[in-house]
Amino acid sequence: MASDFPQTLVGPSSKERKYDRQLRLWAASGQQALEESRVLLVNSDGPWGDKSTGVSGVVGVETLKNLVLPGIGGFTIVDPAVVTEPDLGVNFFLEAESLGKPRAEETCRLLKELNPDVEGSFYSKPVAEILKEEPDFLSQYRLALISGPIKRSSLESISSAAQKLGLPVLYTRSVGFYSAFSLQLPAVFPIVETHPDPESTQDLRLLNPWPELLEAGASINNLDTLDDHQHGHIPYVLLLLHYLETWKKTHDGNFPSNYKEKTEFRELVRSSARTNNPQGGEENYDEAVAAVLKSLNPFALRSSTREIFELDECQNLTTDSTDFWVIASAVREFYEQHNLLPLPGSLPDMKAQSADYVSLQNIYKSKAREDIADVTKIIRRIESQLCRAAEIPAKDIEVFCKNASHIQVIRGRNIPQVGGGDAETRKRIRSELGNDESLMPIFIAFQILDTVVTGIQEGNYPEVSLDNEVVWSMELDRILSAIATDGSAPPIDDDVRDRILEATRELRRTEGGELHNISSLTGGLVAQESLKVITRQYVPLDNTCIFNGIRSSSTMYKL
Amino acid sequence: MASTDRWTHLYKVLSKSGPFSDPDWIPGEETIKSLEESKILVIGAGGLGCEILKNLALSGFKNIHVIDMDTIDISNLNRQFLFRQSDIGKPKAEVAAAFVQKRVKGVKITPYVGKIQDKYEDYYMQFKIVVCGLDSIEARRWINSTLVGMVDMDNPESLKPLIDGGTEGFKGQARVILPSLTSCIECQLDMHAPRPAVPLCTIATIPRQPQHCIEWAHQIAWQDRRKDDAFDSDDMEHIGWVYNAALERSKEFNISGVTFQMTQGVVKNIIPAIASTNAVIAAATTSEALKIATSCNPFLENYMMYAGEEGVYTYTFEAEKKSDCPVCGNLARKLTVNGDATLEEFIEMLGERPEAQLKKPSLRTEETTLYQRFPPQLEEQTRPNLKLKLRDLLVDGQEVAVSDPAYTIDFRFQLVFG
Repeated sequence: MASDFPQTLVGPSSKERKYDRQLRLWAASGQQALEESRVLLVNSDGPWGDKSTGVSGVVGVETLKNLVLPGIGGFTIVDPAVVTEPDLGVNFFLEAESLGKPRAEETCRLLKELNPDVEGSFYSKPVAEILKEEPDFLSQYRLALISGPIKRSSLESISSAAQKLGLPVLYTRSVGFYSAFSLQLPAVFPIVETHPDPESTQDLRLLNPWPELLEAGASINNLDTLDDHQHGHIPYVLLLLHYLETWKKTHDGNFPSNYKEKTEFRELVRSSARTNNPQGGEENYDEAVAAVLKSLNPFALRSSTREIFELDECQNLTTDSTDFWVIASAVREFYEQHNLLPLPGSLPDMKAQSADYVSLQNIYKSKAREDIADVTKIIRRIESQLCRAAEIPAKDIEVFCKNASHIQVIRGRNIPQVGGGDAETRKRIRSELGNDESLMPIFIAFQILDTVVTGIQEGNYPEVSLDNEVVWSMELDRILSAIATDGSAPPIDDDVRDRILEATRELRRTEGGELHNISSLTGGLVAQESLKVITRQYVPLDNTCIFNGIRSSSTMYKL
Repeated sequence: MASTDRWTHLYKVLSKSGPFSDPDWIPGEETIKSLEESKILVIGAGGLGCEILKNLALSGFKNIHVIDMDTIDISNLNRQFLFRQSDIGKPKAEVAAAFVQKRVKGVKITPYVGKIQDKYEDYYMQFKIVVCGLDSIEARRWINSTLVGMVDMDNPESLKPLIDGGTEGFKGQARVILPSLTSCIECQLDMHAPRPAVPLCTIATIPRQPQHCIEWAHQIAWQDRRKDDAFDSDDMEHIGWVYNAALERSKEFNISGVTFQMTQGVVKNIIPAIASTNAVIAAATTSEALKIATSCNPFLENYMMYAGEEGVYTYTFEAEKKSDCPVCGNLARKLTVNGDATLEEFIEMLGERPEAQLKKPSLRTEETTLYQRFPPQLEEQTRPNLKLKLRDLLVDGQEVAVSDPAYTIDFRFQLVFG
């Protein structure tokens, strides 16, 4: 009979079914953050001369496609262009009937078809006009995407306004076989749920067991009296605890501390397995042997976590400190008391009887709960000291404690620019140019393109400059002299110049035009970063990525 | 002329050489003409396939064929952007082909709803390039061995570049294979090891994880109590039954964490998938297709992996062609085995070893048949061998030919007793 088991009505909702494959990556909390977010796309900023309507904006539309599908709350497209014939050959979210119509409206309409849950709107005018008419325009968005090359003045007005609002900005260019994008994050961008590899977060505390764990380890002192079945089912964590005690007896009470001792200890464990059974060995002992090198390390705070603890935001809380910093500060206090972070509390699967495994698991879970309670106590004390009105939700404290060893804080930097940008950026670019495999020449080529487009839009260059050797060579020299000001860097030799010239020649091939493949690929990458910024899960780019579609390779640079 | 205008951006890279294009390449009309005449096959019209079709249509390919046997499910809509709510239940290949053909004027897309295994060499011979967007290793291995088998050294047209993409969550890979000339999918098999299966005894007697309880409900309880119903992982009532059975078992063992979502994940072996990763990998494959079809720039040699969990990470390298590759090599692949293992244990191992991954093998040596699954008489005749030790059936270092109904070729292994 089908009803042998109690049948509860449980099926997922149709929304859960639609988003099932992504909920497995960012869970309901990530989905909620997405659904509460509105994204702005500035997809072009006026024509380049008489013939070109300017940026064709494929990379922007492709990015939005990848955000509309997983269900962001809404989007707004700002694009003053009118649809032309060349748009139809490169932009999938336009159709033959779109010719001559406003591109913002047409792309908005066809993107909305992808997901009825998503709201979309558009403006068919330059962003500078909107910012003039609606000073609060940017404040309704969680993320701004800008498709370049765009006039420097427009880019600067958006990025500086965004910086004041703490609004993340992604500035993207995709031309021919190359693309580059930079993420401007708020000055401080903390992430709790970084989703590290589960292996790297495993914290078994074998070298500093708490009393209950120690007791569990001591409970197997009767190994010889166990039958083969029992012996072969002792969880390896207990085996290691047991043999560590044995080891300590002959080593002045010390744990195996270096590689040589650990391999000796591993031999001790290995040789204690029973081999006179039909399998010729024991799986739980195999697991214990395999765990020795990676699990017998004293607890060490990761340097990135230490740096977070040392930040001013963590040391000097104010009434206005965000929840993240209040929790971080409490966890720091916990660390200072115990020299340990709160226990994450998870236990990997291992060969064991069900009940033995579950009771060991409970020892870890209880300890984790205890640690969370300790941290919560500190937080409540801080909250009352700071006279904070609302308590931080228990769920947030729990998530933080579970992820404490891998939290990250990114210090946002401005969209990098060679001319006018900061000296640190120029220095990093310059030192990178010494590496002949570097993709930095492509970044320089994009910088030149930005300058040429700004020149065209401001009437200083004719339209033909998009593929004019003389203009590009002149702009290249200007950039090279800007980055050559620092005397300590290696000189910019002819090889470097040649590599940049090669990149500019490839970039000029399409005269600023996009290739669909490269824009689609880049739209995927940019959407990926957008999702991470909006959900505050996983770790976003810090801060520039360059993609070379000829070699199908990319590199990240902190510029 | 309207159509020239339309392809303004694309024609620029096809009509002008660049600093990295081959010096012997002649850009211009002939290149464009040969691109338009290149018939290209897309295998899979799912997450990758939808993107691949769009990208090829906007890369100037005019004659595209697409194969997919699946129909559209609600869980596809978060990424398979050519499909709408109202398309649920319709064949993916047909809906995707019709959508792209309508949107991009002048492109012809021919769908085939069915399996790749339905088609023979003469069908695959008509294409210039094959692009794969699949989620099954088995299908990839099948098309790979078919394309390698088709190569006739006297006929350059018989060599069909295979461009393969795959994704899982925030990760993916794209690779270019020139069958018989460069590292093939079979050469790279061990880079895509299957997840180790949970031992049956754990599922049957000592569950520890919620997943173990779900496996029990799916593999054991269903067989026990509902063996007359064929289990269908798309039937919500079936999944619901398994979920409840798993939940009961988990309570019995004090295991927490069985959820409906997890039940579906385990039973259907669900791999997380999002639009953005598919966009990256699909475009990586089609960018290579454009470069191969036109020579406008050098193509990928030969593997790009991408991981997006932490920033943007790609690694591009040349995977090695292996001389002991069962498909494109000429040597038997060496497998170190325990000579005291039985043939049955060895067969089980063939399913799990990353470099073999054969689920239903039949085996023979040059002299004799060790185990043959079909026909039944032969199966019965060879069944007693299953209980024999390898040592008693073979000499150390002997070669064994393995066939599997999923593949058209024999795999040659040299068994070394270790």
